[in-house]
Amino acid sequence: MKKYSLSSKILSCFFVLLSLVWVFPIWEVIINSLKSNDYVKLEPFALPNSETFVGFANYVKGLTFGNYPFLKSVGYSLFITVVSVVLILLCCSMAAWYIARVQSTASKVFYYLCLFSMIVPFQMVMFTLTSTAKDLSLNTPWTIPIVYLGFGAGLAIFMFVGFVKGLPLEIEEAAVIDGCGPIQTFFQVILPMLKPTMISVGILELMWVWNDYLLPYLVLDITEYRTIPIHVQYLKGSYGTVDLGATMAIIMMAILPIIIVYLFCQKHIIKGVAAGAVKG
Amino acid sequence: MSKKNDGAGLNSRLVRKPMQKWGWLFLLPTFAAFIIGFIWPFVQGIYLSFCEFHVASDAEFIGLGNYVKVFSDVGFMNAFKNTALFAVVSIILINVVAFMIAYALTQKMRGSNLFRTVFFMPNLIGGVVLGYIWSLIFDGILANYSTYLTANASYGFWGLVILVAWQQIGYMMIIYIAGLQSVSEDMLEAAKIDGASGAQTLFKVIIPNVMPSITICTFLTLTNSFKLFDQNLALTGGLPSIIENGTKVNATELLALNIYSTYNIKWTYHGVAQAKAVIFFLLVAVLAIAQQTLTGRKEVQQ
Repeated sequence: MKKYSLSSKILSCFFVLLSLVWVFPIWEVIINSLKSNDYVKLEPFALPNSETFVGFANYVKGLTFGNYPFLKSVGYSLFITVVSVVLILLCCSMAAWYIARVQSTASKVFYYLCLFSMIVPFQMVMFTLTSTAKDLSLNTPWTIPIVYLGFGAGLAIFMFVGFVKGLPLEIEEAAVIDGCGPIQTFFQVILPMLKPTMISVGILELMWVWNDYLLPYLVLDITEYRTIPIHVQYLKGSYGTVDLGATMAIIMMAILPIIIVYLFCQKHIIKGVAAGAVKG
Repeated sequence: MSKKNDGAGLNSRLVRKPMQKWGWLFLLPTFAAFIIGFIWPFVQGIYLSFCEFHVASDAEFIGLGNYVKVFSDVGFMNAFKNTALFAVVSIILINVVAFMIAYALTQKMRGSNLFRTVFFMPNLIGGVVLGYIWSLIFDGILANYSTYLTANASYGFWGLVILVAWQQIGYMMIIYIAGLQSVSEDMLEAAKIDGASGAQTLFKVIIPNVMPSITICTFLTLTNSFKLFDQNLALTGGLPSIIENGTKVNATELLALNIYSTYNIKWTYHGVAQAKAVIFFLLVAVLAIAQQTLTGRKEVQQ
């Protein structure tokens, strides 16, 4: 049994209140998604009552609202995020192993360019990256992961190289003596050891790609392909005439899956962020 | 350097030799994407900032003309002021609150894991969605005073501060908690035995030992606030527009949004926008490096 002092109990109470403040915006979305449109703007902080409550009507409406099917943007978001993150993890861990073990001029130059890319803001390459992606037909959801690999490589390479340098070489030497080629060594010896860093890098890149608005907005043809952030931003375009109830339902559907995933893997996510920061 | 590494066993010929034959397989996919996604756009971006262009292929070199225009651009100067003020306010607010929460949560307290989960949660939601949610809340509050969020520049500015603080405090808190947990119990006990007061322990023992976390968090909050875009776009979109020195400027615009909207004015401004982007990049780079050397120097050697 742990003992808690009085002051720590007071502190706990204070934190309970602070937590309520913290979840308030999410609470707002939930209650308003259950109210009819007129009342969202009129009394945004009131709980739904018998007069304003519409059940899940907003959710049904939200699926088709905004001139673009919501589930289609969920699909594109999922595809782009999953493929981009897998591509980044695989390609960057391979490159990082090579950079850490073969210290040639080329690999050193590549490494320092990766470090440099981490401080370059997106606006610097916004215009030119968009036109390059269009010239190379990388402007579809099927090919945009290559753009993400290119722009997201800096952080991933940096973190993987830092980790690989801490691995004992003896294991790889043993693998080579036992007759493993580089590919076999990588996939059967290095990759399993990289797992904790994979989780860290994976979470950081996942949070970035899933929530990214500007890159897909500029690169993709948005009349045809929209991700969730683009979808939400377009609802706002016609503020005032927009159905706020349906909008809140869309926002709820956009954030609920992330919150559920977070509640199940929060240990990994929080550890991943802490580990990522210590290296960064 | 590499000689030394050989001696320390970091560079093994046995491992290296067979790898070099396969180097193209390991490096090429990432390197090719890196050229497409970063190096080429970066180099072309610098070149285009000296050009007048509509699309990248019709660029015409005009020298420093774009840069001259940037420095007489009232909107850009206003965005710079906004960004600098926003950065100062949010760096202090976020780091102080995040450190205090982290410090409290690392003490013995019921439910500290739950609180940690709650405070970190906003980081998982994208800036555009957050901006939308908060604009509804602020409009709802301001409606009681029969006004609205984009009626006044200071509403939009402080609204953005609240939004970003709400989002990032949890992230920085995680880093501070990791830092605080690595302060050794022995050291804290030694301070206690030596009769150090609570405040003395905090300022003389704990803070110097979590300096690496402070370096990281101030670095992240600094670069985040300079690069902030999504939240700015979704919350106010830079509105309201006011007249300053005879020019229309968007009063709550930060630098990243100003660059973005400069592209959308008309095509003759593309070069100016790109010049702004180069200045923006230099600014972020200089600040990042300066911050690293300044706070890095204060770290305790362990």
